[in-house]
Amino acid sequence: MSAEALREMFQVAAPSGAALITYATGCYPDRKRSAEVVRAMLAAGADAVEIGVPFSDPVMDGPVIQKTSVAALSAGATVDSVLDLLREVRGGTARPLLIMTYYNPVFRYGLERFAHRAHSAGADGLVVPDLPVEEMGPLKAACDSAGLATVAFCAPTTSPQRLGAAAAATTGFLYCVSQLGTTGARESLPPGLPGFLARVREHASCPIAVGVGISTPEQCREAAAMADGVIVGSALMKAVAETDGSLEPLSRLVSEMSEATHRPRERENHQQSVRGSGGAPWNAFL
Amino acid sequence: MIDAKKGYYGRFGGRFVPEPLMAALLELEEAFLEAKRDGAFTAESSRLRREYAGRPTPLYRADNMTRLLGGATVYLKREDLCHTGSHKLNNTLGQCLLARRMGKPRVIAETGAGQHGVACATAAALFSQECVVYMGEVDIERQAPNVSRMELLGAEVRPVGSGSRTLKDAINEALRDWVENVSGTHYCIGSVVGPHPFPGMVAEFQSVIGTEMLEQFLAAEGKMPDVLVACVGGGSNAMGMFAPFVGEGPLLMGVEAGGRGAAPGEHGATLGLGEVGVLHGAMSYLLQDGDGQVADTHSVSAGLDYPGVGPEHARMKEEGLATYTSASDGEALEAARFLARTEGILPALESAHAVAYAMRAAPGMRPGQSIVVCLSGRGDKDLETMKEHM
Repeated sequence: MSAEALREMFQVAAPSGAALITYATGCYPDRKRSAEVVRAMLAAGADAVEIGVPFSDPVMDGPVIQKTSVAALSAGATVDSVLDLLREVRGGTARPLLIMTYYNPVFRYGLERFAHRAHSAGADGLVVPDLPVEEMGPLKAACDSAGLATVAFCAPTTSPQRLGAAAAATTGFLYCVSQLGTTGARESLPPGLPGFLARVREHASCPIAVGVGISTPEQCREAAAMADGVIVGSALMKAVAETDGSLEPLSRLVSEMSEATHRPRERENHQQSVRGSGGAPWNAFL
Repeated sequence: MIDAKKGYYGRFGGRFVPEPLMAALLELEEAFLEAKRDGAFTAESSRLRREYAGRPTPLYRADNMTRLLGGATVYLKREDLCHTGSHKLNNTLGQCLLARRMGKPRVIAETGAGQHGVACATAAALFSQECVVYMGEVDIERQAPNVSRMELLGAEVRPVGSGSRTLKDAINEALRDWVENVSGTHYCIGSVVGPHPFPGMVAEFQSVIGTEMLEQFLAAEGKMPDVLVACVGGGSNAMGMFAPFVGEGPLLMGVEAGGRGAAPGEHGATLGLGEVGVLHGAMSYLLQDGDGQVADTHSVSAGLDYPGVGPEHARMKEEGLATYTSASDGEALEAARFLARTEGILPALESAHAVAYAMRAAPGMRPGQSIVVCLSGRGDKDLETMKEHM
């Protein structure tokens, strides 16, 4: 079952660090090579992969994922072809696989139909970035009935009250947007991140994963000391885009990120203040 | 409480935005409600409308046009005479005043035809705000005079090269800017689109068109008009003009861009040919393919070249409160020429779509009946396009 697979992943990762969740635009560069990209990520140590159904108007995404989305759509990506890709990858892994896309493709496909087909293709969860908790009701109902985990979002601007509501709407993990802005590389993690994640912990007993703007193994290491999961997308898609066909640069980067995420520095200061002591803070959630 | 019912018009509307924007939408909603209750804000708004924008704009009985068409008496609500040359200033004065009240020193906007961009740059200059306008590369090319105007007014025009490089993509880029700079920036959206509270707020700022027109028409004719017609891209001039007349009797007619025909990618007739979907923060009608990807659009008028439409229009269509039709590129160009030669008024190509409907409908109506066209903007910006098609 889907939410369980995610919980188990966080539990296994917790003693020494966090889980590494990678993103791949489905059918980028094309349907066949896209499956190789996802397999390479898993082989190099990704604990879970979000497979994106590209959308024509990705307002939460920066230049890299905008480009891979356009390219994937030109290569013929559809909801069905991405679900088919997920099914193929599922044949070779037991690790969690999620679908990430914007609301309109899901709405157009039919919420129930989408959730059921995604689940039967082997997806564990669904991540939709343009769906604040106020609008999540119908999709959450469809996911619940299909056995698909839901992922709600929070950001540094989210009020305590809405944090609580987001945590309540999530059955997978809470996606913490590290900073204001679209997806893509930043020079460093924002200085307010430890405070933001500490605030999230106060209001959410579910696992929390941090994403947006995390592009280097070092940033993964820092983030892993504060969260249960670290999400990386643009940096990996850039590695795929810039290669001449070899997936070696991607594999190397994922492997370094996996190493950094699974064993953040012991001396990391944030660890005590944010994570507290004595086991994963979301144990009560399980 | 988390209120999931906020900002809906029937099943349309809502707030389908990335989480980082939610706090700004909630803050804006509250600030707007407060401002409306504040006598000082409303007094300042109406002073600016009167002394700065030049309102009320005239309601003009177009006798030459009426005589040539034969049938209904045609009236023009002259929003083209509003300062900056279109109805867009009604909205930007309101929103930029609100931004000042909220302590936001920077405003951003999207623009298609450039009319909203100019109106936003104007209000920002008036209130000493920093202004950035996103505009698709295609539109920058075809609406060059407005780009120069915005720059002269002190705004930065940022070209958008993604997607179809038109209005839709300019909105995407403005939303991305807003996500990044949300704390000190107000997104001054130009139409009755976007997430709650934008559609209702923009409709309210534009309702001055209909309120004035009702009073002017009653003074002139002593009765209600029979037909109101306005062009619909996002639908702000139509919503503003229709507002006091919804359910009051007159036929409310919105005219979308028929472009070059009904094939996908050839038009901007969202309500006529689209299906329900979510774009730019709201559930509404949408031009899209079977997989939920937003479709390309075409219109000779940049302001109607948009695959979405305001959610309140979607509700009015479904509930039969308004009717929507379209006019082709050719009809709009012809209507612009006709109005220029018969009345000495050169309309924007957007507004020419509404004129085209009046030309179609008036001859079939009885003398004594009346049709009021919202002449939402003037045509100076379209000279290049019109010359090309002559």
